[in-house]
Amino acid sequence: MSANDALVSLSDLSKDFDVSPPFLNRLIERQDRLLLKAVDGVSIDIPRGRTFSLVGESGCGKSTVARLVVGLYTPTRGRILFDDIDMATLKTQAEIEPVRKRMQMIFQDPYASLNPRWRVSDIIAEPIRAHKLLSGRDTIARRVGELLVQVGLAAADGVKFPHEFSGGQRQRISIARALASQPEFLICDEPTSALDVSVQAQILNLMKGLQRQFGLTYLFISHDLAVVYHISDYVGVMYLGRVVEWSDKRALFQRPWHPYTRMLLDAIPDLEMTGRQRIPVAGEVPNPIHPPTGCHFHPRCPYANDRCRNEVPTLVHKESSEVACHAVLEDRLPEVTVSGEPANATAVC
Amino acid sequence: MSQTGNTQPLLRVENLRVEFPTRRGTLVAVDDISFHIDEGEVLGVVGESGAGKSLTGAAIIGLLDPPGRIADGQVIFNGKRIDNFSYEQMRRLRGDQIAMVFQDPLTSLNPLYTIGKQLTETIRTHVSVDERGARTRAIELLNEVGIPAAERRVGQFPHQFSGGMRQRVVIALALAANPRLIIADEPTTALDVSIQAQIISLLKRLCREHGTAVMLVTHDMGVIAETADRVAVMYAGRIVEVGPVQDVIKRAQHPYTHGLMGSIPVIRHDVERLIQIDGAMPRLTDIPSGCAFNPRCPRVFEYCRVERPELMDVGATRAACWLFDEAREQAGGAR
Repeated sequence: MSANDALVSLSDLSKDFDVSPPFLNRLIERQDRLLLKAVDGVSIDIPRGRTFSLVGESGCGKSTVARLVVGLYTPTRGRILFDDIDMATLKTQAEIEPVRKRMQMIFQDPYASLNPRWRVSDIIAEPIRAHKLLSGRDTIARRVGELLVQVGLAAADGVKFPHEFSGGQRQRISIARALASQPEFLICDEPTSALDVSVQAQILNLMKGLQRQFGLTYLFISHDLAVVYHISDYVGVMYLGRVVEWSDKRALFQRPWHPYTRMLLDAIPDLEMTGRQRIPVAGEVPNPIHPPTGCHFHPRCPYANDRCRNEVPTLVHKESSEVACHAVLEDRLPEVTVSGEPANATAVC
Repeated sequence: MSQTGNTQPLLRVENLRVEFPTRRGTLVAVDDISFHIDEGEVLGVVGESGAGKSLTGAAIIGLLDPPGRIADGQVIFNGKRIDNFSYEQMRRLRGDQIAMVFQDPLTSLNPLYTIGKQLTETIRTHVSVDERGARTRAIELLNEVGIPAAERRVGQFPHQFSGGMRQRVVIALALAANPRLIIADEPTTALDVSIQAQIISLLKRLCREHGTAVMLVTHDMGVIAETADRVAVMYAGRIVEVGPVQDVIKRAQHPYTHGLMGSIPVIRHDVERLIQIDGAMPRLTDIPSGCAFNPRCPRVFEYCRVERPELMDVGATRAACWLFDEAREQAGGAR
């Protein structure tokens, strides 16, 4: 993929959170500042009109990336290019606003992300009013009705309050609100995790349909690999703040390179695999405040050697994937069959 | 432990009905369901939220929160009727014969006591051993559920354990008295996939080694597919289909099960659209007459709105759907 058809391009994006004890404690106990590297040098390109998904276990920094991209956090380091505009160079409100309205966010919890005291029509009209896209009560009401129909609700639902809707319907309202400013780029942070599978299917179908209709670009955050496979064109796998592998989804799922990707793919309970004897990977995600040296995955990795323990691997092109793994570079990894069954790739519990 | 005949299932639930009397009328959360679990068997119970799967588990071991109550039917465990047990009898049965594993491992452990204290207390309640013996057994249990350095960990508090380790401790607690049935209510839902895989294989291994039966309540079909022997699919307080796990997943008969399976995205299955069941599960206050699924069913016909279907044999599974009654009528001729 060439960089110039990327709508959003992140390079070396990092976010540190200061988790040090209070100043006085630090002074008395002679402690240094403590930084939590939530996102550590993430570089990815999100192509226009496509879906890029970030997957990983809890605490790996995927939601932080989403919040950085949408501007809810300021990056500590690195650059966010949106349609070739460097987001860090935008200083004044007048410069930021036209860019801001081109991206919108959909949050995980459809109960917490809608104001319970507002009518649905006001919730959806808020971005229209904030960005002064339309004026006149009737025009706005017509647009809100249109949006509600687009997401599979009725225009008459606008007069209701959020509590009158089910979880899936609320997520539709969130989507309608996100679409209100006619954005090109939607950041979806686990939009279906709080929903039941049959409702999840409805929302995923809706999102795919809207993407086709409006040519939307999605950054999709999820921990569910099956959902990610269904919705994405490109997938990035995160582990402790770093992207360890990213690629076209077919390449990633059929020929995973990084041992962590292989482990994740092997760990998902699958409908096809009834009664399968699995070999789970030992260990858990380490504490991100004191991450392991070198490659973060080395304590759980069956192929780790001294280089992995000391040297941080960088993303390197391998066939159609970008992988950050010394073992891949040195050809120390066993081959993976296309069915995704990594032969003996995992350590015994 | 008493030995029962081979024909007798370990747990039999017959026509169980759980009601919640409210000011505006009675809500029926679990409506006339029957199933059984054999010794050493893993029965998966799946359904969407509000289908009544957790309540079924709670009703079996008498942990229904008031005003919820068993309004009808019976629960027979090991040949004995247990739904009319007194509080004290039930308390003794819980933990001893039937144990429970809940979704959130942090709330099922007491934060003020060490793991060892909680384990030895449970062990000494059910088994007659002295403090030292109980402690040895506690360490044994922790080793068995795969907690490294168990001798040291036994003196630690729940907050010093990670989520996966805590769930292992909860499983150790459940195993403390060698129960014959474990009711696991969403045991892996709060965990990450790699940890979830560890817990699933742990549960499977323990069942195999101890011959413990498990009622596994979850909404995750993947977990069921890998763990369960048989699966019961619940919808709006009723069992709509029950059968061997392979058959239910691959050859679902009931239109709801069929839709549910189709709505789950599968890795390396390219589909443009997932099968979608329109609408949502009805609220308990307005469950439609006849088959509860009829307003959402793509194959609905007149009779579905009139009378509620019972479970009937369809191939290898049993499904509650009038479609199959008709098919049988045509095949069998007279009725």
